[in-house]
Amino acid sequence: MSTLTAASYNTGFLPTWCPGCGDFGIWKSLQGALAKLEIGPNDGLIIYGVGCHGNMYDWMNMYGFAGLHGRTLPVAQGVKLANHVLPVIIVSGDGDCLGEGGNHFLHAAKRNTDVTVMMHDNQVYGLTTGQASPTAKKGFKTKSTPEGATDEPISALALAITAGATFAARAFAGDLVGLTEIMAEAIAHKGFSIVDILQPCVTFDKVHTYQWYRQRLYKIETETGYDPTNRMKAIEKSFEWGDKIPFGIFYAEDRPTSEDREGALQTSTLVSKKLEVEHWDKLIAEFI
Amino acid sequence: MKQSVTWKIAGEAGFGIMSAGVMFARAFTRAGYHIFAINDYPSLIRGGHNVVTLRIATSAFTSMTQEISLLVGLNAETIEKHKEEVQEGTVVVYDPKDKEWTDIDFHTKVELVPLPLREIVSTLGADTIMRNTIALGASIALFGASFEIFSGVLRDQFIRKGQEVVDENIKIAKKGYDYIVKNYSNLTALYLDKGTYTEKLAVVNGSEALGLGAVKAGLKFAAIYPMTPINALISFLADHAKELELVYKQPEDEIAGINMAIGASLAGARSMVATSGGGFALMVEGLSLAGMIEVPIVIDLGMRVGPATGMPTYTEQGELLFAIYSGHGEFPRIVLAPADAKETFDLTILAFNLADKYQIPVFVLTDKYLNESQWCIPVSQLQSTVLIDRGKLIMGDTGKLEHEFKRYALETEDGVSVRSVPGTKNGQFYANSYEHDGLGHMTENARLRKDMVEKRLKKSNAIEKDMLPPLQFGDKDADITFVTWGSTRGVVLSAMDIMRDKGIKVETIYLPWLFPFPKDSFQTLVANKKRVIDIEMNATGQLAQLIRLSIGIEIKEKLLKYDGRPFFPEEIVELCLH
Repeated sequence: MSTLTAASYNTGFLPTWCPGCGDFGIWKSLQGALAKLEIGPNDGLIIYGVGCHGNMYDWMNMYGFAGLHGRTLPVAQGVKLANHVLPVIIVSGDGDCLGEGGNHFLHAAKRNTDVTVMMHDNQVYGLTTGQASPTAKKGFKTKSTPEGATDEPISALALAITAGATFAARAFAGDLVGLTEIMAEAIAHKGFSIVDILQPCVTFDKVHTYQWYRQRLYKIETETGYDPTNRMKAIEKSFEWGDKIPFGIFYAEDRPTSEDREGALQTSTLVSKKLEVEHWDKLIAEFI
Repeated sequence: MKQSVTWKIAGEAGFGIMSAGVMFARAFTRAGYHIFAINDYPSLIRGGHNVVTLRIATSAFTSMTQEISLLVGLNAETIEKHKEEVQEGTVVVYDPKDKEWTDIDFHTKVELVPLPLREIVSTLGADTIMRNTIALGASIALFGASFEIFSGVLRDQFIRKGQEVVDENIKIAKKGYDYIVKNYSNLTALYLDKGTYTEKLAVVNGSEALGLGAVKAGLKFAAIYPMTPINALISFLADHAKELELVYKQPEDEIAGINMAIGASLAGARSMVATSGGGFALMVEGLSLAGMIEVPIVIDLGMRVGPATGMPTYTEQGELLFAIYSGHGEFPRIVLAPADAKETFDLTILAFNLADKYQIPVFVLTDKYLNESQWCIPVSQLQSTVLIDRGKLIMGDTGKLEHEFKRYALETEDGVSVRSVPGTKNGQFYANSYEHDGLGHMTENARLRKDMVEKRLKKSNAIEKDMLPPLQFGDKDADITFVTWGSTRGVVLSAMDIMRDKGIKVETIYLPWLFPFPKDSFQTLVANKKRVIDIEMNATGQLAQLIRLSIGIEIKEKLLKYDGRPFFPEEIVELCLH
């Protein structure tokens, strides 16, 4: 029996997020999901982007990588190819993942790398005091869009599913139980998984409040006949936004991962291989 | 009998000229000759003019010369483009069906050898692409070599495609060979003396030498976005990934490439990236990250003509200062720059050990001329046992780590702290792009920030004991002292030979290790010289700038070339003695 609880992942640091920030719920849910899956502080790696979310590492007791803005996924893929048995989780934001790191997001999904992205989706750049993020909905007023955002918002889920992600879900930072459960499922999924976590920014967004979300969210599985293996339907559902907003598992599929397809990884992890070349003379003979 | 000949073959891109050059080179190394081949081609896949120049000599040499012994034109354009370069006695092989050339078309007396390439392929019912195979057979005969040295290479090249393909190629090549034997048996001017090598020689381009060095050093992960001139490294790694148990990953861009390599290295795999200037520009952000989180990484920066897209398939040494000063913030690094394939192999192995030992980025600075030329290396020089030194790395449950492991401990002599990898029991830490404390937690504390900067920079002093000093070639009491770096060395050494034959005392100081700059050893070598000349393939004398910045000595006389074409030794001699 594992002795891990959410508290096993606390450090001596206290969060610096604004009181009431959705990040608290995400942090606590992630701790709960890790405990549930019995992934201890020494057993995996969390890679953080840059943004309010990224400061989580200081109060998250686990191997951590706090890298560059937008670059979480390439680092994650390098780690995973080097040691494919290590659980790798990405804590990222909508700006980090879809703005600065948009190209990486597409290609990580395309490769079906076995990692999980916990994407904090609050439509704003909080750490730089409230500019529009790539998911900002039309008309949303921010410091960089004083007249309201005019571009089409990016749907992280539609983008991920289209690119080749094999697990796509949405959860709400105000629903700790549901979020913990979905996070655990996403981590346990073999392949590229993303959880789009709707998260109120209490400081820079007076529109999308906890209340606002609670009035609109409904469980996708409550829709009669919803089948999460139907890719086109999942994409269609990803664009549903307004009076009703679905959450839950939109899409799930089993497909070989990026690591499964590497010849060298069939026998062991890269990091456990010996470094000497076994048939050096044979290799040199090709050049004679 | 000739001790050295230079063969130039050219034709339209897409006609297999590049691979023909490698096969031809290999035929001669197998027969004990030293070879060196360069290519010249535009950034096109079809329709451009491709040229391979191969020098074959009975013993070792260090560069091309301006001599052309045998010019083979697979189309009329070749002869038109290169007819000004021929010398008296150059043998010119062409297909009379392309154009009938006569003596008056050339500025000097050449030997015209019309070879009915199209007629032969059509008689045999072969594809017109096989013209180059006939031309190769003919060239073997013109150099007075036995056909067997070439048929063996053809066999090895095509055996994977079946015995039938082998037989077909040999038959076609033999037609070219026999045509010369039958019609030009009195043309013996280019007959080569016996090759003097008794041991086996490998023919590799610089990228392959780099790949061989990397795998010898235990490379396990490479993320490389395609870019001239490092594409042969991608092929080498991708072709051998399974058998060598490594992963080559093609990233979506160079930003992803360096971050993937950083991730793999953090997890404990020896990792590298390779690119050219434009791709490296994208990697600079990641370079700074590697400096901050102290992750070992090896970078092959294969320089080509810039700025921007420049002339993608031409050579330059324009990124020495870029490699040294790239990256935001201050952190230590090492910049090595080999001169030839053998040194590329050696310095790449060294680069991996230095990267692990000091937990820093290490550059292997190469260029198009080095990466894409074909070089030969005695096989014995690739056989030595390599010591793989992973430095202060702890992987697996060794019991050596205690709780609250300080990955970035300040208490070190050399600035290098013990490193663990994710998954190691009790080795938990944060690799943090923000300034951090010993555990990796973020800090903005003034004192700690200062200590961490000093910890990282302390490595630069520690590195000094591993520095490779500059090498001196030639006469110590020289009238002329050349200072050079990278692939320009070979040409400078050849120029030096010509000058010493003329009775001039000359020496070369060559720097394989450029940063941190080897101040003391260089100063000693360069002190009290009569005439010092800096030679580099760039427009601003970047090595001379580095020397001035590092030790305050200004080298006023410079020979700089930046038209994308490598120096010829004759050019250097002429410019020095004008």
